[in-house]
Amino acid sequence: MNRAAIVTGPLDVNRLTRETTLDSCGAIAVFLGIVRAANDGRAVTGIEYSSYDAMAQREMTTILDEATERFGIEAGVIEHRIGELAVGDASIAVVVAHAHRGHAMDALRYVIDETKKRAPVWKLEHYVDGTREWVNAGSHA
Amino acid sequence: MTVTVRLFAVYAEKFGKSQIDLEMVGDATVADVVSALSGYDGASSLPPSPLAAVNCVYATPLTRVNDGDEVALIPPVAGG
Repeated sequence: MNRAAIVTGPLDVNRLTRETTLDSCGAIAVFLGIVRAANDGRAVTGIEYSSYDAMAQREMTTILDEATERFGIEAGVIEHRIGELAVGDASIAVVVAHAHRGHAMDALRYVIDETKKRAPVWKLEHYVDGTREWVNAGSHA
Repeated sequence: MTVTVRLFAVYAEKFGKSQIDLEMVGDATVADVVSALSGYDGASSLPPSPLAAVNCVYATPLTRVNDGDEVALIPPVAGG
């Protein structure tokens, strides 16, 4: 079973691992994205995340389904937190379960990389000097 | 026909709004929708062919839009 959600509260990894625990799976791989204190040499105080909720949930679910197809994961969950996050807060959790660790870790890498490329989520970074900036805003492909 | 344009992040900030309802003639495409925004404040913030989605699915400039569709203009994403 795969599930993806945009959430506004703290991420609970223990709940997500329980959700993906299956008798048939010997491996659960977990990725947590954390707001860090600096980006491109600038001191960060926090990040304001926003998303196109309906499409982000749809796209992240599609990515998990692709991981099922490509790597054979038996369960996968993505929760992406939006709103105002402070340094040290978790912004995204990805949890995938597979019979074996190799495929679990390969799938985990695939899911987080594709989510960062495809999910319509945006970051407004706030800096120590009081300025703020949209991340990637100048990178129109 | 009417299409609803959704704007997010830096685009919403530049336009000063997150949603615009547009009256379009038939057989319109995503590119036509983008062109129809040219008179709005903030339109200069858009690249010539911004990434777009129709009804939550990534689209191309040539994707047709229909009455009632939601056309989202997607700034460069930065999730994770």
